[in-house]
Amino acid sequence: MKAKVYVSLKPGVLDPQGKAIHHSVELLGFTGIADVRQGKYFEIALQDSADQDQARESVARIAREVLSNPIIEDYRVEIEA
Amino acid sequence: MKFGIIVFPGSNCDHDAYHVISKQVGQPVDFIWHKDTDLKSYDAVIIPGGFSYGDYLRAGALARFSPVMESVKKFADSGRLVLGICNGFQILCEAGLLPGALIRNRDLHFICEHVHVRVETTDTPFTNEMTQGSVLRLPIAHAEGNYVCDDATLRELNQEDRIVFRYCDAHGNVTEAANPNGSRDNIAGICNSSRNVLGLMPHPERACEDLLGSTDGRDVFSSLAATLAAVA
Repeated sequence: MKAKVYVSLKPGVLDPQGKAIHHSVELLGFTGIADVRQGKYFEIALQDSADQDQARESVARIAREVLSNPIIEDYRVEIEA
Repeated sequence: MKFGIIVFPGSNCDHDAYHVISKQVGQPVDFIWHKDTDLKSYDAVIIPGGFSYGDYLRAGALARFSPVMESVKKFADSGRLVLGICNGFQILCEAGLLPGALIRNRDLHFICEHVHVRVETTDTPFTNEMTQGSVLRLPIAHAEGNYVCDDATLRELNQEDRIVFRYCDAHGNVTEAANPNGSRDNIAGICNSSRNVLGLMPHPERACEDLLGSTDGRDVFSSLAATLAAVA
């Protein structure tokens, strides 16, 4: 079983890295890009025997307490069987 | 009075702080490895600058899980003094000992230069030997020093007189041009509601000798020492 965690900056939190990437993308010739936001992606491997509901709860806690900073970031968890 | 300096893997301003406490303040000081948890013999703890855990995940995020941090929380709860400098400030925010967070500098650069900060309050154990409104010239060296917090937190910080230092120009004017990293309200340092925990991005420990271009940082340590001497 695998858990995927996506961490992104909350709307409104300045993302200078995203801005720099946006600028580079424009230099490449793309003009229709409105905005770029940079985030983080984590893959967490769980033992196959793990209970899916319990795994979801555990990973959500890991995402909340370690992987993200709730002051500036949101997270989203996906569990793959 | 005895000082302790917490050392994480990746701390690199620990020796600067040690030098200032031992040579300038002239008081006993120990390094405390982050796996140690006994802070009983200390009156003040410094969380120094550097790149704890290589700034992996977020600056200060992993240091907060080091065994010593539970002890630092209890230490702070007991009213003893905690000073977080640069990465130390980031760690204190991540650990929830101070509100808000420090994100990437507005203009992405790692900034390493001397800046001016205005002393906003002298009602802390770290600034009580200073004059309110006076300007200190201190070095900064960080990539994530952009202080952010929500409106409610900012209101509370202002109402409770907890913004200790603001970035300003050489004359003490707090302007956007004098804000090196985009910090909200030009915030360079804040304290907790009990006023015994201070976090700041500038490095007072690197500004205690003429050779280093500024001695304005001494005031932080002389305030600290005066506070501890008064209670001793």
